[in-house]
Amino acid sequence: MFKVMRAELVKLRRPSLSVSTIAAVTFITGLVTSLLYLLVDSPTGNAREGTRISREILQLPSGLSLSFSNAAGLLGVVALCIFAAQTAQEYTYGTLRNLLVRQPSRMKVLLGKLGAMKLFAIVMVTFSAILGFTLSYILAGVKDVSTAAWGTSDARADALRTFVNVLIATIGYGIFGMILGLLFRSPISAISIGVIWNLIIEGLLSVFITNLAKYFPGQLLSVVAQGGTKDISYQYALITSYSILLTGLAIVAVLFKRRDVSN
Amino acid sequence: MQNTAIDVRDLSKKYGDRLAVSHANFSVPMGSICGFVGPNGSGKTTTIRMLLGLISPTTGDGHVLGEDISQPEKYLPQVGAMIEGPAFYPALTGKQNLVVLAKLGGFNIESVQGLLEKVGLGDRGDSKYKTYSLGMKQRLGIAAALLPKPKLLVLDEPTNGLDPAGIQEVRALLRQLADDGSTIFVSSHLLSEIEMICDQLVMLREGKVIFTGKTSELLAAQQPVVVAKPEHMNDLTKLAEIAKSLGHQATVLDDAVHVKGEKNFAAELNKAAFAAGVTLASLAPIQASLEETFFEMTGDK
Repeated sequence: MFKVMRAELVKLRRPSLSVSTIAAVTFITGLVTSLLYLLVDSPTGNAREGTRISREILQLPSGLSLSFSNAAGLLGVVALCIFAAQTAQEYTYGTLRNLLVRQPSRMKVLLGKLGAMKLFAIVMVTFSAILGFTLSYILAGVKDVSTAAWGTSDARADALRTFVNVLIATIGYGIFGMILGLLFRSPISAISIGVIWNLIIEGLLSVFITNLAKYFPGQLLSVVAQGGTKDISYQYALITSYSILLTGLAIVAVLFKRRDVSN
Repeated sequence: MQNTAIDVRDLSKKYGDRLAVSHANFSVPMGSICGFVGPNGSGKTTTIRMLLGLISPTTGDGHVLGEDISQPEKYLPQVGAMIEGPAFYPALTGKQNLVVLAKLGGFNIESVQGLLEKVGLGDRGDSKYKTYSLGMKQRLGIAAALLPKPKLLVLDEPTNGLDPAGIQEVRALLRQLADDGSTIFVSSHLLSEIEMICDQLVMLREGKVIFTGKTSELLAAQQPVVVAKPEHMNDLTKLAEIAKSLGHQATVLDDAVHVKGEKNFAAELNKAAFAAGVTLASLAPIQASLEETFFEMTGDK
């Protein structure tokens, strides 16, 4: 499994992927943080779905990590795309046969890939956190938001908790992408279905049908990133979302193990 | 030490109602260069995939390097393979692509540059795979197959896209590897190449093995042909009739009459043609080539 991980990291480190990921994460974190601070006085809101996060809330110890946790959903979409593409491209390039000749244990290939992509997600989320915290300090100065509470131990503990939650959510979105990649065996299909499902279908259905968000992995992962909401507890969101994802992963892993590699 | 590198018994693969490989039986001796030939769709690639653990057989069994094909992890570390052409990551360089496979198999990464040089890509290792020509991609595929210093090398159409010089280099490389003790199992459409380098042969048609054994035995079993060219082209049919009247099978091919018969029949045909007023421009007994034998056996012309 570790051999597979090391091999996968060579692919994940390629400039075209790492540079575009850095660009996407910079854009997402920069956009969410800028909107949060620059629109702090706007009556139309400065966060998700038009909600308003006031200056008083930003000044709390938890204010430091608010921009970062707000970016989690979009970071998840980036992870979904990367995990789906890295998995499905083995079929479209025909490279799966090379991998399996060099590592015949298909479960090791799958776990090694997942392990490498988790490492990639850790780097991605860490970069987003550092950028989000730095931009928060800069923009807090611009918009007269007091940062006195951000240096306290409470703020540090909250930042660490948010980092872990966002990481768990991002990896969850990535696992969803990997499931789709294994299922559809085409990066384009896997990514488009994953993005449409997460951003459009789950979002729309949750708006129209009460309580449906409790059963959708994308919505639940978003709750995990926020550390729980008033409607859905953190524990419920974490256990339910990961139960759905790990069941899905187990099913596609069995398919992957048994399926003939004929392309 | 086992004597066979590949041993296949009653191996079949069924896709729906179609038998892609039907009860195949053959073995490849250790240290040999074995050609694997057959028309398109005859089941060559399916057989190779079964040998490499990529697809599971419907029935039958096989052994590679003495290990059961149901446990590919036991023999694949000693097998190099290129299946259905080269397949690599376009955004990585040639060298990075080999490093990925070397790390995956736990092979020495230091050997990558040497392998690139061995296949003539020493100065292009740092170029991205997507910029490679078909011939360069093929060479990289061969380099990847050589990564494990294989006891058994399985190559599917290794000379595809190579220029004549490249084909000659691959031929020399395969000979060198065989001399070093590797067994080579190679499929190719270039039958003249197969005839030149392979001492063993497995021939498939519609999923069935129709010949397995030494190439020399197959060719020796073929009836020799006497090729006669008349001085005047309008005597072609007359010359074929003369050969037939002497009790031999004759066909007109291009500008000559091909008559099945031993070497000494040439003199008899010459006399008969002269007596009938047909002057021969040339008369030569020839041994059937692998290509002619292949077409005859597979009915694929």
